[in-house]
Amino acid sequence: MTKTKLIGALLASTLLASAAYAEDVTLTIESWRNDDVLIWQDTIIPAFEAANPGIKVVFAPTAPAEYNAVLNSKLDAGSAGDLVTCRPFDASLELYKKGNLADLTSLAAMANFSPVAKSAWQTDDGAATFCVPMASVIHGFIYNKDAFDALGIAVPTTRDEFFAALDKIKADGTYIPMAMGTNDQWEAATMGYNNIGPNYWKGEEGRLALIAGTQKLTDADWVAPFTELARWKDYLGDGFEAQTYPDSQNLFTLGRAAIYPAGSWEISGFNKQATFKMGAFPPPVQAAGDTCYISDHTDIALGMNAKTAHPDETKKFLEWVGSPEFATMYANALPGFFSLNSTPVAMEDPLAQEFVSWRSKCQSSIRSTYQILSRGTPNLENETWNASANVIKGTETPEAAAARLQEGLASWYAPQKAK
Amino acid sequence: MSDRKPFRWHILVFLAPAVLVYTAIMIIPLFATLNLSLFTKVDRVSQFNGLGNFRTLFGDPRWSASFWNALGNNTWFFIVHMLVQNPIGILLAAILSNPRLRGAAFYRTAIFIPTILSFVVVGFVWKLMLSPIWGVAPDLLNAVGLKSLFAPWLGKEAYALTTLALISVWQFVGIPMMLIYAALLSIPEEVIEAAEMDGVTGASQFWKIKLPLILPSIGIISILTFVGNFNAFDLIYSAQGALAGPNFATDILGTFLYRTFFGFQLQLGDQNMGATIATAMFFIILIGVCIYLFAIQTRLRRYQF
Repeated sequence: MTKTKLIGALLASTLLASAAYAEDVTLTIESWRNDDVLIWQDTIIPAFEAANPGIKVVFAPTAPAEYNAVLNSKLDAGSAGDLVTCRPFDASLELYKKGNLADLTSLAAMANFSPVAKSAWQTDDGAATFCVPMASVIHGFIYNKDAFDALGIAVPTTRDEFFAALDKIKADGTYIPMAMGTNDQWEAATMGYNNIGPNYWKGEEGRLALIAGTQKLTDADWVAPFTELARWKDYLGDGFEAQTYPDSQNLFTLGRAAIYPAGSWEISGFNKQATFKMGAFPPPVQAAGDTCYISDHTDIALGMNAKTAHPDETKKFLEWVGSPEFATMYANALPGFFSLNSTPVAMEDPLAQEFVSWRSKCQSSIRSTYQILSRGTPNLENETWNASANVIKGTETPEAAAARLQEGLASWYAPQKAK
Repeated sequence: MSDRKPFRWHILVFLAPAVLVYTAIMIIPLFATLNLSLFTKVDRVSQFNGLGNFRTLFGDPRWSASFWNALGNNTWFFIVHMLVQNPIGILLAAILSNPRLRGAAFYRTAIFIPTILSFVVVGFVWKLMLSPIWGVAPDLLNAVGLKSLFAPWLGKEAYALTTLALISVWQFVGIPMMLIYAALLSIPEEVIEAAEMDGVTGASQFWKIKLPLILPSIGIISILTFVGNFNAFDLIYSAQGALAGPNFATDILGTFLYRTFFGFQLQLGDQNMGATIATAMFFIILIGVCIYLFAIQTRLRRYQF
């Protein structure tokens, strides 16, 4: 009896409390970026609230590993926040198809984004876009500037210069030429294969041809990145087979390795750890003057819960997220997470500036395995991890690895089925 | 009519708590898993699929290759435990039960301590010790002039599984040791004295008198090892991740189940196939335990004192 009374009282107080603030609408953001709580609370949200009186925003993140599961159960139970942070590709597409995410194609801010930027949050035919792109990560190589200066190495632009530089570092012996291990496997695929690959398969051209089924993973352009990866073996540290991702990060920031195959998300961490000067260069091309292609991978976006009670206010917030003002704020607060907005964003971090400068001289693409091609079993992305690690270790030839990936993909993906 | 015994309600009442709790947390989930393995999802709708999932698991070349690889690795994991952990456990117990050994309590505790450590700690510490970059293993081998024997064991397909099995042996050797130690202590003094009167002492006393008396304990340990190893997951996951690298060389049934059920990276989870693997694991363990119960335990002779 007392319990029911208590619940009744609690309910009443909730109702009263919400009635008291009826003029203010509160929007809640679901996110996995719990590292960014302070940035949202202290910088981003106050800026929005100042410009939009009457709307309050709460950033409510969950642990990254639990996010997908927690979000799904909240959406099913109808208790999810108004704004939902979107994972790229299939995870969000699934939510859209289930009717959990609203169609945002008509949002004015969508005009600020290129088709590639939006591709991660669109239906397969590109007809509907359901999240506003926020940031991408760019792949390339970060190098130890002091080491390069001491050894008299110029920043390599072609593949031959790249391997000549590695040979020189190896011959000198002071530094491990390249910091990467195969223990965790994903670096080999993400910072190896998908880092250097776009230069071979010509970025979007090859990626879309693979999805259309007009190119195969056994084609020369898709085997070549594996052939180059196989050459990396000689430049990695002793026992790289058991070297983990944190091992590689530490080897580089402690100044023991000269080159680090990187993703731009490393920037803020490396800035804190490393005591030497760092620079970055994009994946080297075949011959000087060739068009360069970079992996500029769409990683994070913001969508609208289809069942939100405040669709107008939520859309207002999303329009703002799509604006250049938000882009500048976000990119500077989190160097290495680059705005996807077509308007150029001024950034202060020199390393981040270097990374983002490649967008103007190179063609952007995303990781080849992410869109559509990792929808079935065997999963192409996960297989690529394994294949890239095997190729670097030398336990599988580039041709055999490519043939295995192609066979796996063809086993479930109709456009790639043997004709 | 009056000679019929009244129904003994108290039996039911006393059984009820255990039966209810066991049903709620073991029986129902078990049958739910078996049930889940008979369904499949088509366009987000669950459909009855009969034994279709099992046909996929054993018939599809990719699924079956992964499954047999995991089962083979798991069997090797078990064999290493049976050949290394249990003999060492028995040996340590035999040494500890020697009344002339000084500091037995210290050794007993020291050897047992790793058992109470978390898998995550064990996995991380060993990974660090064996690391080719920061580890103590290469330096220690170097100090005795055997640097050439060092290899990045956890990263080599040929060694990784055995290395992890030995790490697990290091962690759990305390359990067979304690059980055998208790069994050795429970052998009555009279039996030992009688053996000594007959001139059976030392090693032959262990082989001829003590070992036959502790055989039932060794049987129990074997079956515990079997069930524990075929349900293992934690150490592999904490040391090598869900992909059980290098190249699936350390993939055991537990990691295979985890990857399938919960999904991994871009691979979305497949509850139905996951349940199918879990069911296969259940039957493998069931068959193993049955073989033990009917073929081995019934033949073990027990001695009453």
